[in-house]
Amino acid sequence: MNHLLQEEEQPRGAKIRGRHPVDQLEAANRFIAATAHEMMHDNRLWDLRKKRDAQMHAIPEWEELRQLASDIKSHTLDHLADYLEEFEHNAKKNGIHVHWAKDAQESNQIIGDILKAHQAKSLIKSKSMLGEECGLRPYLQKEGIAVVETDLGERIQQLDDEDPSHVVVPAVHKTRTDVSKVFVKTLNAQPGNNDVHYLAEWQRETTRPYILSADAGMTGGNFLVAETGAVVVCTNEGNADLSANTPSLHIVTVGIEKIIPKMEHLAVFIRLLSRSALGSPITQYTSYFRGPRRGGEMHVVLVDNGRSTRLGKPNFKPGLKCIRCGACMNTCPVFRRSGGLSYGSVYAGPIGLILSPGYDPHKYRNLPFASTLNGSCANVCPVKINLHEQILAWRGELAKQGELSLSKKVIMKALGKLYANPKAYRQAIQMGDKILQYLPHFVVYNRLNAWGRQRDLPEAPKKTFHSWYKKHYMNGKGDEA
Amino acid sequence: MEVGLFIPCYMDAMEPEVGISTLKLLERFNVKVVYPFDQTCCGQPMTNTGCEKEASATEALFVKNFAKFDYIVMPSGSCTNQVRHNMNAIEQTDEVTHVRTHSYDLVEFLHDILKVEAFPWANFPHKVAIHYNCNALRGLRHASMSERREAFFSKPKNLLEKIKGIEFVELQRPDECCGFGGTFSVFEEGVSAKMGRDKVLDQRNSGAEFVISADSSCLMHQKGCAQRMGIPLRYAHIAQVLNGDIR
Repeated sequence: MNHLLQEEEQPRGAKIRGRHPVDQLEAANRFIAATAHEMMHDNRLWDLRKKRDAQMHAIPEWEELRQLASDIKSHTLDHLADYLEEFEHNAKKNGIHVHWAKDAQESNQIIGDILKAHQAKSLIKSKSMLGEECGLRPYLQKEGIAVVETDLGERIQQLDDEDPSHVVVPAVHKTRTDVSKVFVKTLNAQPGNNDVHYLAEWQRETTRPYILSADAGMTGGNFLVAETGAVVVCTNEGNADLSANTPSLHIVTVGIEKIIPKMEHLAVFIRLLSRSALGSPITQYTSYFRGPRRGGEMHVVLVDNGRSTRLGKPNFKPGLKCIRCGACMNTCPVFRRSGGLSYGSVYAGPIGLILSPGYDPHKYRNLPFASTLNGSCANVCPVKINLHEQILAWRGELAKQGELSLSKKVIMKALGKLYANPKAYRQAIQMGDKILQYLPHFVVYNRLNAWGRQRDLPEAPKKTFHSWYKKHYMNGKGDEA
Repeated sequence: MEVGLFIPCYMDAMEPEVGISTLKLLERFNVKVVYPFDQTCCGQPMTNTGCEKEASATEALFVKNFAKFDYIVMPSGSCTNQVRHNMNAIEQTDEVTHVRTHSYDLVEFLHDILKVEAFPWANFPHKVAIHYNCNALRGLRHASMSERREAFFSKPKNLLEKIKGIEFVELQRPDECCGFGGTFSVFEEGVSAKMGRDKVLDQRNSGAEFVISADSSCLMHQKGCAQRMGIPLRYAHIAQVLNGDIR
């Protein structure tokens, strides 16, 4: 196994061609073909799921906590504008500059302008999914600002010029040999040394100088507390604190749905977040930023980028409760076997299936089909998002928008007709050996034997239940079949 | 009590013996079982593909066939879940509501309605792993889920425990999806087959001789994977075991 892990090339993510629909399955198949990587990935994430389960069992009121968290989020979403204004008011009182961005472009521009106003040429940042969502790093780099990620996983991904594959563990799809190769190429690390301690230490040593000399720091935000006007950031490496406190300028970029009303609510989410994400009782660092550090400046950019549109869609509104713990990815059997990069989207796994088509229904039209609708995700979700129901709802939405693939359209139309006609149906399934010609309607139709390539076909029985019933219960009198 | 029996389309075509076991099993309990001959499908393939419009005629036919019965029983958790929770393509008349609220999966019907205490005709001296179809598990609540903090329960196990000789083994990932997923099995073939192979390996490593489930669809997929892998596991629907047809 170790030998295989060292030999095997790291499988890459989905091929992105502009707004062309992402072929998740094609990338997933390549991930599965890299057997050692796939197995490592599946085991790592399943291990997180098991640790999460152990934490859950240690908390008797776990299900009540989930319900409470869900209720707090639902309530907040119903009064979102009020709580955002309360936050703005209190944050300003604390000396924080508050900005509003309607979309990614506006957010990037605001951040770029703040940096320019301070003549900042370099920015260190801790992990922010919103930053990924807005394409912030490429934007700033184009503006001549050097951006260095300080989260280990995110830094690995930055150096490898690859997106994060998971919202909590961005490089979980890479083996340590893969990481070593990246560091040899980009950080001049010792070739062939894939010792985890060495690699982590080397990254730390090579990143520290950037941290010490950076003009500005950026973090995301896990929670905004309306009543105190504070930002809460949860990390395990402490890098958010370095990013926020080392330079004198601290910029926070955060989605408007991250707000919670009161401090007392924060405890509910802090208890759930790390337990759900990594199966640890709490993150190593839970940092509460209430204002700029002495002599410094702090900005919070509140970003909408499609969130208020989602708020207006009753079917999809619950997606806004998400606290980005990644538990749905860890439990998702499809995600574990496909790798996060196969989705070709900032948000992958179950939460990605319901968020991505909201941004671009055409480009992400295949994603809601990358699910068996098994529902495990909805039941690990700490804020009880009805993920599998929303995945199904997206399929309906895509069908309405004419975004189903041709094969799905053709097959479903034919099937719908066949099943509405009992006589035709009985004839179709009565065909004995020819059954496989019809079974295809839901099994192999027109797809080069998609059932039989990797599985044996069931043996066609001599008679159908219909014909057996007719013979034994209806004295042979039914109709032709 | 008059029960309308629904046999899922794939079972009608591919596994009629499971339908026969179901019918005979129900008849043992003095239930009048009627099989409406013009039945076809529950509409799930279209619904799960997002094609509500294409599902509506199938759903209407289902209701037409089954509206007059006290109970509608089917040996499939997945189809029951479709009828109970997702039959939304047609207008929700009283008839439709009756059908949706009186449809039961075979396990539920035996366990919750008939409250069967014994299956004296059955005998199953084998090591068994139970497979839970995801819709049956999380949609119908056949059993407790590993994701939730709740006391263990399992309706299929409660029924099977009443059979002489049976012995249970546990899987490493007891309620991980096997990757069948209806149309997922063909539309997303590569991931589906990989999930199936992983499931089969877990079953083999558990020491099971038989895998028993309340859904034949998952089993068809798992069996196909096991055969291709050359793993001699045997698969049976719970109706076949409870009726003593496989021993």
